[in-house]
Amino acid sequence: MEIGLTHFLIISGILFSLGLFGIATRKNAIMVLMSMELILNSANINFIAFSRFGGFNMEGQIAALFVIILAAAEVAVALAIVLNIYQNYHHVNVDEINKLKG
Amino acid sequence: MTITQSYLNNLMASVGYFAPEIAIVVTFIVAILFDLMFKKSKNIAAYISIIGLIITGFILSGNIGISKSLFDGLIVVDPYSTFFKFLFLITTILIMVMSLSYKELYDNNRKVGEYYSMLVGITFGMFLLASAVNLITIYLSIEILSLSSYVLAGYTKEIRRASEASLKYVIYGSLSSGIMVYGMSLLYGATMTLDVAKINVAILSGHVELFPIIIGGLMILVGFGYKMSAVPFHYWTPDVYEGAPITITSYLSVASKAAGFAVFIRFFKDLYLLPATSDINIWNTISNFHWQTIVAVLSVLTMTVGNFVALWQENVKRLLAYSSIAHAGYILMAVVVMTNVGITSILLYFVFYMIMNLGAFFVAQLFANKIGSDDLKDYIGLGYRSPVLAVLMTVFLISLTGLPPTAGFIGKFYIFTAVLDKGFVWLAVIGVLNSVVSLFYYAKIFRNMFLRSVADDTKNNFKFSAPAFPLSIAYVLAFATILFGLYFSPILNWAENSVTMFK
Repeated sequence: MEIGLTHFLIISGILFSLGLFGIATRKNAIMVLMSMELILNSANINFIAFSRFGGFNMEGQIAALFVIILAAAEVAVALAIVLNIYQNYHHVNVDEINKLKG
Repeated sequence: MTITQSYLNNLMASVGYFAPEIAIVVTFIVAILFDLMFKKSKNIAAYISIIGLIITGFILSGNIGISKSLFDGLIVVDPYSTFFKFLFLITTILIMVMSLSYKELYDNNRKVGEYYSMLVGITFGMFLLASAVNLITIYLSIEILSLSSYVLAGYTKEIRRASEASLKYVIYGSLSSGIMVYGMSLLYGATMTLDVAKINVAILSGHVELFPIIIGGLMILVGFGYKMSAVPFHYWTPDVYEGAPITITSYLSVASKAAGFAVFIRFFKDLYLLPATSDINIWNTISNFHWQTIVAVLSVLTMTVGNFVALWQENVKRLLAYSSIAHAGYILMAVVVMTNVGITSILLYFVFYMIMNLGAFFVAQLFANKIGSDDLKDYIGLGYRSPVLAVLMTVFLISLTGLPPTAGFIGKFYIFTAVLDKGFVWLAVIGVLNSVVSLFYYAKIFRNMFLRSVADDTKNNFKFSAPAFPLSIAYVLAFATILFGLYFSPILNWAENSVTMFK
């Protein structure tokens, strides 16, 4: 069977949904951040697949590179914030960090 | 001429118009370096940042009236973006000056160098965002803007509510930007280009699948809606605004929101622009899909939820957070019509909103410096303890409500005119009813300040005022609020001249 565009799109759709599901259900802040990575990488797969099957249009490849770089920067900042949460609360359970509400 | 050479020529021609952004980057680097070199003087980064941004303003004034596409269509310089850039600059400088007198920030002998340099970083992101016309540039600049805001929201890091605010901000923020970038990949897949103008050409040619374009557009709307704090993407707003340092709260509520609106209007205008010959509704390019209705519903939801939830808030920062959500709803009303009159009214509103909202938050900050609290119940009797500040606060709150003779009235008046101009009577009626509701919760603040008796315990009964320098800034803002309510034609002319976008 020939691997075509549809296969890539299905994979990226599954990854995107898993990421959303993870963010909604996971309690640990680190797991939430990992789910975020799934969403960004599903977008990457889309970019690359469209670029590959759209006649090697380079813009998609460049976009994927940008997304990878920004994902790394974002995770660096997010981990620093989670570390700070750990120093203040001695846990990283997102559900229990809810002093602000109303 | 070889291809490399033509690229080089394009690059060299563009760099001159990119000078304001370059000046900001230089300011950023110099501020960090000097902060590291001169450890003795605490505020050196602040002074360098303020001077650098003022210089940027002078450089930026060279771009007034210029309409040009830079770096092979990655960004554009046009009167519309220049207007927003001036707005961002003024806001950032005001916030930096306000931060100098913020007690919570300077507590515990905290280092503040990074604080000011990161504000410069945010300004750079917003400058790019106001002129971005390529999907990569839009994503990149939204991330530059967000990354620094995540850190700044939790800058007072040993305070629990601040660290909680930054955690919530980073989770909601990266989720919405992730959804946005997925939407961008769909737009790219349907049209094989990242340039918004070329996507528009592809849509108009009628040879592309419309379904991924609509879904992609909706997903991108999530990212923009998060920056604008439009309902239902507003969940982070109250928590982050309450937890963050109050200067950052006011910064996010003015500059970050303005940046979101700037890119939102430009993106959808560029994406669905009909051929220049017609002046009919630009939202109808994609038939059978009612973008206009979606934005109208968003606007009604945003102002109604913002105003009604604000009614039972007990914390002034949180109350002003919901009020800023409601104001995003008023501005969205003018986005619905998307005419030149509508965009003029948005630009006008943002100038006035900047002045009155910064003023209200600034007085709240001066109160917090003395009484150490943002709770509404601690505002009881402040009208007697600190009459000057209380009167200034009242001026800003009246303006936020939109009563004459203040700037807020003029801003709302122009938005309602633009909406009625296009025949959206029902939308305008909902807007006016919402303004009436908003009077109730703003009045709660000045009722607490003036009309309720002072608590009896002598400990909390001292009279106070603010130091001369912060007080004079508050005076200037209050004066501008009233002045622009009576005489606003220069701002109006400026806004009218700034609606032109690069095509």
